[in-house]
Amino acid sequence: MSNLAVRVEDIGKQYNIFQETARYITLREKIVETLKTPVKTLLNPTGSEKFWALRHVDFTLDHGQVLGVIGKNGAGKSTLLKILSRVVEPTEGLAEIHGRVGSLLEVGTGFHPELTGRENIFLNGAILGMKKSEIERKFDEIVAFSEIEKFIDTPVKRYSSGMYMRLAFAVSAHLEPEILVVDEVLAVGDAEFQRKCLGKMSDVASEGRTVIFVSHNMSAIQRLTQECIILDKGAMVLRARTPEAVDYYLTNDFSASGERRYTEEESSSAAYPFKPIAVRVKNPSGQVTDSLFSVDPLTIEVEYQLDADITGLRIGIYMMTSRGEFIFTSFDTDEPEKFQSMSMRKAGHYISRCVIPADTFNEGRFVIGINASSYMVKRYFSDERAMNFSINTTGAPGMHWVEIRHGPIRPRLDWRIEEIA
Amino acid sequence: MTTVNTLEQKRKPPVVVIQPSRGWVGLKLKDLWLYRELVYFLTWRDIKVRYKQSVLGILWAILKPFMAMVVFTIFFGNFAKIPSDGVPYPIFSYTATLPWELFAAALGVASRSMVSNSNMVSKIYFPRMIIPLASVMSSVVDFFIGFTILIGMMIFYKVTPTIATLWLPLLILLALITALGVGFWSSALMVRYRDVGYIMPFIANLWMYLTPVVYPSSMIPEKWRLLYALNPMTGVVEGFRYALLGTTQSVSGGMILVSSLIAIAVLISGMFYFRRMEKQFADMI
Repeated sequence: MSNLAVRVEDIGKQYNIFQETARYITLREKIVETLKTPVKTLLNPTGSEKFWALRHVDFTLDHGQVLGVIGKNGAGKSTLLKILSRVVEPTEGLAEIHGRVGSLLEVGTGFHPELTGRENIFLNGAILGMKKSEIERKFDEIVAFSEIEKFIDTPVKRYSSGMYMRLAFAVSAHLEPEILVVDEVLAVGDAEFQRKCLGKMSDVASEGRTVIFVSHNMSAIQRLTQECIILDKGAMVLRARTPEAVDYYLTNDFSASGERRYTEEESSSAAYPFKPIAVRVKNPSGQVTDSLFSVDPLTIEVEYQLDADITGLRIGIYMMTSRGEFIFTSFDTDEPEKFQSMSMRKAGHYISRCVIPADTFNEGRFVIGINASSYMVKRYFSDERAMNFSINTTGAPGMHWVEIRHGPIRPRLDWRIEEIA
Repeated sequence: MTTVNTLEQKRKPPVVVIQPSRGWVGLKLKDLWLYRELVYFLTWRDIKVRYKQSVLGILWAILKPFMAMVVFTIFFGNFAKIPSDGVPYPIFSYTATLPWELFAAALGVASRSMVSNSNMVSKIYFPRMIIPLASVMSSVVDFFIGFTILIGMMIFYKVTPTIATLWLPLLILLALITALGVGFWSSALMVRYRDVGYIMPFIANLWMYLTPVVYPSSMIPEKWRLLYALNPMTGVVEGFRYALLGTTQSVSGGMILVSSLIAIAVLISGMFYFRRMEKQFADMI
């Protein structure tokens, strides 16, 4: 018997454009449309353009391998995972899966707030494809892992979000699939939870099971995977050992304009009602540029549209080094007063703008990621590598010494030199 | 990586082949059978949630058919003087309201089921037919609660049950099959066309007047009766009256047979249509 876990052969998935903008239509519209243009509607029943979210993707994966999938938003990563977990059907091609596929992207799916922890374990387990006997066998283990013994007979609506997450994750983590699929799960939950996820993933990998890991987080990719594939606009660009793939990815598709605009395709329908428009960096004279001086303050703008009101929305930026290490995260409603006054953001066209004070960054390239979410409710959109810019340290403190300063930041500190004695 | 081999020796993993399908596809009933426990859990969830969320849940299950019966009795029984095959009008209409409410409630939840469970559908694979199936099953609880009132009424009107009562389980099944069959159609349509959600209550309303709930089938001319039985709910409702009240004027074996055949035809066609639409669900929901 071969050691093959996954074989993907020329897989492709085509979507209609209308599915991305309005995913359903009404029967009334359909009837009116058919009456108006009967021939056209009959020949092209969906009446819209199509695009390939994924095309000509080929790869094989052996049991025990950990494969990273990297690519920008809209590159087809999620589509690939959805095909492999049989949620959507491919338009062409073939995939062969040897074993049960479990995924950590469906954490808590089917949880019902009115049901108790115990009831939800059984329900969620059944949804994930576990047998009742299997759930009974692992029940104590799941409860212990989630650390909610005392509240197991309390409805989960009374749980704190942390407890809820832990329980949901515990059930998914005990599915013990032959093939585990993980999609950006590390971007949700608190730091403790993320550590637990990563820990579980490396356990799974070291047990010799197969893992497919999708992430924007290059450091996690480097830690957990041996090999990666890079997707771009639905096509597989490269399959290589992880260090090589990460290097290729980081150096190849940064735009260098100081502005990143999002196309319709990139703002996926899952983000609804949030629609990203652009991310920009401006210098003090208001010019959009990707090269700035560290001695100047710089302005970051996130432009977006809301197609419906969102409660508790926060727009955030992540600042990272080009190696993918986080420097800081900041949200536009970090100020409690602002969070109160903006508790409901109405539909409309917005810019969230912040100024990063002068003398913040050291020399080098920096990556801006953006995120639109409602805390513990939903992450509408996230692009951890929205764009990048470079910093020139002319005039920065300590420039009279020609040497490399370590660290991503270069603050101008108020040094006092006192002579005591 | 040596553990790989032991893992594989322990159990040979099932091989799943993922391929695009075209047009009409098989029903995959075997898959449905493999997931039978999920049907049980989802049914149980729906029941639990319904009666947990509202204290009025049980009361509502009694009030709804009871109030309908009161209104029907006053307006159709007393004022319009609609005949009732020789049994008191209140019990005549209640024996029909009960299976009708079962059907209408089951159809309602089944129609909405795909859209209301969209987050499951867009994230996890399982045979999608489970969702309408479980929602239809969960609506029998209301029926049994309402049934206690019927028992009270039978005692009050001194109706003695006969051996014909044994037909009841089959008639309940017929109502559920009809609801499920139409539910497969409507839930699949609703994923595609959301306004089906507004149309369904209207259809259910019309359908009730096409079913002998407030009047007996004996009002329909004899020669039209078999045609009338093309509505499977006709067979269910008249069957109920026969099984519980022993009325024979309105019912015939032919009627039940026609209703059953149509119900099964609706179910099978509904399943095929649902399966055909299934592959688009996750894309559209």
